[in-house]
Amino acid sequence: MSVIKTVNLVKIYSDGAVPVPAVRGVDLQVEPGEFVAIMGPSGSGKSTLVHMLGGLDTRTSGEIWLDEKRVDTLSESAWALLRRKKVGFVFQFFNLVANMTVADNVELPALLAGASPRDARERRQSLLGALNLTERADAAPGQLSGGEQQRVALARALANQPSVLLADEPTGNLDSRNTRDVLRLLSDVHKDGQTIVMVTHDARVAALADRLVSLFDGAIVDDGRIARRRTGTAGEVIDLR
Amino acid sequence: MRLHLLALLAKEPAHGYELKQALEQTFGSAYPSPNIGQIYVTLGRLEKDGLVRAVDVEQSNRPNKKVYYLTAKGRDVLTTWVDEPTEGPRVRDEFFMKLVLAPLTGIADRMALINRQRRHYLSLMSDLNDLLSRTAPADSVAVLLIEGAMLHLQADLDWLARCQEDLA
Ligand SMILES: Nc1ncnc2c1ncn2[C@@H]1O[C@H](COP(=O)(O)OP(=O)(O)OP(=O)(O)O)[C@@H](O)[C@H]1O
Ligand SMILES: [Mg+2]
Repeated sequence: MSVIKTVNLVKIYSDGAVPVPAVRGVDLQVEPGEFVAIMGPSGSGKSTLVHMLGGLDTRTSGEIWLDEKRVDTLSESAWALLRRKKVGFVFQFFNLVANMTVADNVELPALLAGASPRDARERRQSLLGALNLTERADAAPGQLSGGEQQRVALARALANQPSVLLADEPTGNLDSRNTRDVLRLLSDVHKDGQTIVMVTHDARVAALADRLVSLFDGAIVDDGRIARRRTGTAGEVIDLR
Repeated sequence: MRLHLLALLAKEPAHGYELKQALEQTFGSAYPSPNIGQIYVTLGRLEKDGLVRAVDVEQSNRPNKKVYYLTAKGRDVLTTWVDEPTEGPRVRDEFFMKLVLAPLTGIADRMALINRQRRHYLSLMSDLNDLLSRTAPADSVAVLLIEGAMLHLQADLDWLARCQEDLA
């Protein structure tokens, strides 16, 4: 049983003078609990692919299945309903609801997905705590730094405990301390069984994944596991030359 | 290890076992636990080259121990080592050679080489992630070493992406 399955998925943007083939026939299957990292050069179709997986962009041809249900044929409103329950999204260019506090931004998706107010509040508190944002809970998004907004976006995406977390460059603006918090949270939710599909250039984040999919020119050119091997102290693992 | 021992002896004279302890204390887990035999062999060579000298110190109930100290020549060598710039990372490495030569051999194509190497680097990075999460923040020398290794790997990955651009 796959969480996500695509069959010969194609996206051609035809709003400009010449049609742009952004995704050319992608077959991808993601199993429950899997963490898949997507890498590839700029313009290789990474954002387009994950946007289609989350129903934020329509496909040109091919199929998309989410939790064994065909979704590419759904109406926009049916997609929106399903997304509330099943998908968490962190965008490359994040957008939070500007006139709501950080706390409400994070709580809302859980409430929309049908959680009780009490569960939604607890979930919000634990996520903001894990990302070191508790003190910013009452701030408006506009009062936050880029890195803080990015962490709030991640907390929000995880608030409804979605079937799949889709993330597009979620660590672009983070310093090393904040990246560490994000890494720890991602690795914790992954251990708890969260399925994750994540576009990232950050090798530390990609290295948390079980599997790497490389895109090139709209097609998958590599798909394989990321091995975990060595243990030992820093001195043993890293050569001192 | 020669210069590392010279650096420790610049602080104060010491015998072999004290040097082992000093290495462990200074580097935390960033240094592979030094082998005492290797330390004695190195000290012997340094003595032969005139960079250190040893005096016998009598101990009650035990055989004499050798305490080593730095000579003027040893200090010169150490100063040169510290003062001169250190070589940069090796970029024309084994992988680079394979990548350039691959089309000639016909054994593997460049795209496949790059993809495999990318996964290999990520698997190394994953080891470093584990290592960092297991390393106490107080072990600050080890933390610096790990973070340095991570930044190098990130650069290697960025460079793989750069190599891939040429395949378009
Ligand atoms: N709305 C759009 N209209 C037309 N073309 C588009 C549109 N969005 C993306 N493209 C094109 O589709 C291709 C893939 O873009 P996409 O944003 O998916 O790449 P990406 O891999 O996410 O790149 P980056 O790493 O820079 O974020 C590019 O050639 C891009 O110019
Ligand atoms: Mg993108």
